[in-house]
Amino acid sequence: MFSLTNYRIGFFLAVRQIRRSSIWTNTLIISVMVLTFLNLVVVSGILVGLIQGAVDAVREQYTSDILISTPLNKTYIENSPEVLAILARDPRILGYTPRYTQGATLEASYKEQHKETEKVNIASASIAGINPLAEDKVTGISKYIVEGSFLAPDDYDQVVLGSYLLKKYFPMESSVFTTLDNVEPGTKIRITLNGIKHEVTVKGIIKSKVDEINMKVFMVDSQLRNMMGRNDYAVNEVAIKLKPNVDPVAVRDSLVAQGIDRVARVQTFSDAEPKFIKDMIDTFAILGNLISSIGLVVASITIFIVIFINAITRRKFIGILKGIGISGEAIEISYILQSFFYAIMGSIIGIFIVYAVLEPLITAYPIDFPFSDGILVAPISSTLLRMSLLIIATIFAGYIPARMIVRKNTLDSILVRK
Amino acid sequence: MIEIRNLTRTYVDGLVETPVLKGIDLKIETGEFIAIMGRSGAGKSTLMYQISLLDEPTSGEIKIDNRDTHLMTPEEKTKFRLERLGYVFQDYALIPELSALENVVLPLLMKGAPKKEAYLLAAESLKKVGLEKHLKQLPSQLSGGEQQRASIARAIAHNPDILFADEPTANLDNESSRTIMEIFLSLHNEGQTIIMVTHEEPYGRMAEKIVRIDDGKIIDIIKNK
Repeated sequence: MFSLTNYRIGFFLAVRQIRRSSIWTNTLIISVMVLTFLNLVVVSGILVGLIQGAVDAVREQYTSDILISTPLNKTYIENSPEVLAILARDPRILGYTPRYTQGATLEASYKEQHKETEKVNIASASIAGINPLAEDKVTGISKYIVEGSFLAPDDYDQVVLGSYLLKKYFPMESSVFTTLDNVEPGTKIRITLNGIKHEVTVKGIIKSKVDEINMKVFMVDSQLRNMMGRNDYAVNEVAIKLKPNVDPVAVRDSLVAQGIDRVARVQTFSDAEPKFIKDMIDTFAILGNLISSIGLVVASITIFIVIFINAITRRKFIGILKGIGISGEAIEISYILQSFFYAIMGSIIGIFIVYAVLEPLITAYPIDFPFSDGILVAPISSTLLRMSLLIIATIFAGYIPARMIVRKNTLDSILVRK
Repeated sequence: MIEIRNLTRTYVDGLVETPVLKGIDLKIETGEFIAIMGRSGAGKSTLMYQISLLDEPTSGEIKIDNRDTHLMTPEEKTKFRLERLGYVFQDYALIPELSALENVVLPLLMKGAPKKEAYLLAAESLKKVGLEKHLKQLPSQLSGGEQQRASIARAIAHNPDILFADEPTANLDNESSRTIMEIFLSLHNEGQTIIMVTHEEPYGRMAEKIVRIDDGKIIDIIKNK
């Protein structure tokens, strides 16, 4: 049926039909294919990238590559100095930042006279005691300061507030979640920790896409340690940044092998991701595939219509070709090859746009979604799969109308009858 | 030799049946130049479509060199047309995206001729009809007469046993028409069997034999001197 001669003639006809058809027709069809390709790759890529951006932000700003945290049945990591000594000796580790954490109550406007009916200006928060230099080396959070400045190692009685603790950044308020009003850098606030009140000055406000950052109060570790009375230097968590190309799983396993898991939870950034985030990534991937499938159907219908109109308007010539002895298969192959050409061209241009323009552009300037900096996730393997699907769908969409026209009575086609 | 026996063709449109051919019997010898003539709607083109295997008769039989054509599958008919028949249509019927040379080379390639040989044969065929200087031109760049000559070149390039021509001069001026007829006569002199449908008396008289049709029946067969 599809003999070599049929392919030869199909190719002969397809090449000439493409080469000599209007440049505008070719441009239009290829543009449709490019848009379809982008719809297939970019829409799902952005949907997945929306969550991936959030995951990446948590890794960059909070967990880093590995997070050592307090076991669920403990209040801190025992033998923390020994744990930190192990980390200090590991050549694969670029840096680490130990954190002390403790729940506390914040109070502002406490020097003003309040009526009894007036609501007090308080909020609950988690205080993180950090070494500002170590923290910034590992998580780089100083660049998310939106007002004032970040902590310095000797900034006693000073704090940086997460933006969610302030009404002006997070206007929603409920009976269980309250925010501070009228607070800005320089404002004095009161921290109540273990029943003892401490007056501190707000040095800066930090605003990031990571909730763990936005809901925290940062202060210098040595001061918080004193306030907590933690004289054994036992920390609550340690975020570890690895050197480039070091496998976090290998480092995690080696830390576990050295017995750290007996006093703490040792997790890679991936282990530390909450399950709902993983579920969301899967859900968005399904959603992306669903939208892509619709795009694929729309593309198939578009190509079907384009080829059908092309074949209908060329029905007379299809009849003549059959009349002079050109086989129906050769004519069908010519349409299949034309569809293939349009799909390949659309995909190649689409790949160029995705990898040479969109991906670098969106990486450099992420899409500012409310809860993440959205990036474009388009792994090559997935893109090639989608490209293959597009090509297969396009070939079928081109073949079916061509076959419909080729199957018509030869004389009716030549005379354009019925 | 072509033998046609009791050939009928009736077109059916819903409940309306229109008999166009009403029992045609005809023999055409190898090497003959036949002109099928008649008034408009007499059934001359329909007869040619049946003989040239472009259409299916309602009843009757057509034998070409003792081969029953009604027993052929559509694929076999396509192959038969490619290998043994040549067509010249009233409106030239060249493929618009193909140059004159490509139009002519296409059936040769389909027949399986090697590329180089096919292009040589096609160029030779175009030279035969005086189009050697127009090989690379698209049909839209040729005049009506030139297009019809290219169409003849396509029809004869693969040495068909029978050449069919449906009103080949209908769309041409006198000079072009004469050129086309001279080509047919020259081909006939070389032994080519030609079956031509025409309503133009002077060109019909140039054929060896005139088959006159009226109301779907042969009313006269005249041998020209």
